[in-house]
Amino acid sequence: MIADTGNSEILTGKSFKFGDDISTDLIAPGRLFHLRSNLPELAKHVLEDADPEFAGKVKPGDFVVGGRNFGLGSSREHAPAIMKIAGVGAVLARSFARIFFRNSINVGLPVLVCDTDKINDGDILEINLKKGVIYNKSRDIKIGFNPLPEVMIRILNDGGLANHIKRNKGFNL
Amino acid sequence: MEKTISEKIISKHAGRELKAGDIAVVNVDIIMSQDGTGPLAISQLKKMGFNRVKKPEKSIFFIDHAAPSPRKELSNSHTALRNFATQVGAVMSDVGKGICHQILIELYTCPGDIVIGGDSHTCTSGALGAFATGMGSTDIAVGYALAKTWLMVPHTIKVNFNGRINKGVFAKDLIIYLIGKITSDGATYKAIEFGGEILDKLSIDDRFTISNMAVEAGAKTGIFPSDNITMEYLRSQGREDCFIEVCADKGAKYVQIIDINCSVIEPMVSQPHTVDNALPVRNLEKIKINQVFIGTCTNGRFSDLKVAADILKGKKVARGVRLIVVPASRDVYFKALKEGILGTLVESGAIIQSPGCGPCVGIHQGILGDGEICLSTQNRNFKGRMGNPDSFIYLCSPATAAWSSIKGYIADPREVLS
Repeated sequence: MIADTGNSEILTGKSFKFGDDISTDLIAPGRLFHLRSNLPELAKHVLEDADPEFAGKVKPGDFVVGGRNFGLGSSREHAPAIMKIAGVGAVLARSFARIFFRNSINVGLPVLVCDTDKINDGDILEINLKKGVIYNKSRDIKIGFNPLPEVMIRILNDGGLANHIKRNKGFNL
Repeated sequence: MEKTISEKIISKHAGRELKAGDIAVVNVDIIMSQDGTGPLAISQLKKMGFNRVKKPEKSIFFIDHAAPSPRKELSNSHTALRNFATQVGAVMSDVGKGICHQILIELYTCPGDIVIGGDSHTCTSGALGAFATGMGSTDIAVGYALAKTWLMVPHTIKVNFNGRINKGVFAKDLIIYLIGKITSDGATYKAIEFGGEILDKLSIDDRFTISNMAVEAGAKTGIFPSDNITMEYLRSQGREDCFIEVCADKGAKYVQIIDINCSVIEPMVSQPHTVDNALPVRNLEKIKINQVFIGTCTNGRFSDLKVAADILKGKKVARGVRLIVVPASRDVYFKALKEGILGTLVESGAIIQSPGCGPCVGIHQGILGDGEICLSTQNRNFKGRMGNPDSFIYLCSPATAAWSSIKGYIADPREVLS
């Protein structure tokens, strides 16, 4: 089980496959630093340096699927934030860099550690967050994913860290 | 229970005994953000309903990434940061003062502290024996509001530097070598504790360079124990009062112990586009360079500029190469100015820019053209890092950078140093 993200428990969408070492520079480039105070505008450039056409193709609920060490680099929370704004339903990867993983939970974007070799670009996925199962409809296979730590589930369930702090008037982990 | 440095520091800040894997809410000593992460931290603070910060004297807002501002949107963000810092009585470190990590070590970080920063290279402060780690804007906003954060006590990898460091080899080469060995996610979620036989041969500036790049192996922090070298540095900054001894217990548990024989390490580069794509300079073909950058929180300190100036003295930067030098702080700049280092660099053809992050983040002051190659002393060479996804970045020590700027291609500094 992972969490009730406030969205529906089953997420359905198309996979956009990326490789290993997708850095935050590729997700939210430094050359667009001036847009950091305008996240909806920055979101139009999400993942631009990894796939210039991604922002135009992604539909609400679609998934970003990476390889090893997804989100390495800078602490910019803008990276997961603009993925969420762009409609990304969840990010799936073999492994995540630490700060990106924590930031994603803080902004309420589900991040799932799983065997992404079993997912091709364009595959249709159904993800049951509570049961911890990814169903790859295109290949008719089920893929498990690692549960999140308990503290992160609480933060995600509260709709992110800011809401958690506001609701509990401090930490309630 | 015998503890690692991280276990000790985090236990103390949680008020209870903790071991690796435990999760706790802890008090934090220093909270900071910079102009890329501060504006979002402020809007998150407001969203949570806070109009104050808990610990104003240790809540710091830096302007270093786009300093001075190259465009109006950023100027307006800077204004908002200044206004907020004034309103809540927090510390404002404005344009020209220097890079956040450099100012933290010069003026704020003490051994045994927990430092959280809205910048991934916050781990630099680990060189002084602090538990220092980078986080995103919302975590930093909570830190500003409550002077607390939650942490999982990390497991620790112990890295021992043994043997001897050869001429022409610097701290930057050691850390690039280490990251090449363990890869860019070799220490993810873990702390790295540095030690070994030659700990007392690693100057404080060496340690800053090494701790700074711990995150490039994925680490949560990179910590040195505090010792006489730490004490001497703090004394030179007029801060000896804050020295405490920080060290691991004998028998502390490590998930991995890595012994590095420094005697075999040569001048290194990280090739595009990952830091762990490491290779001795000697093994490279003649790679022609368009730009050389000496600076950043990794290698923009006085000793770095001095190494470069010693190599460049009486020589000229090659035709077709732009050598950009950015001192990490105003203090570094002023000292280098007074001691003639900047004069030597300018005479050789270098461009000296104002203290800050400079071209490292791809905002201004040296954005690369299509197909261009930059050799830099910074810590990251990701695609697009210096403002253009169609350019290429190699990482190296200041000595390699300086010598290469003279040769016009990536060259081994032992040609001039040994």
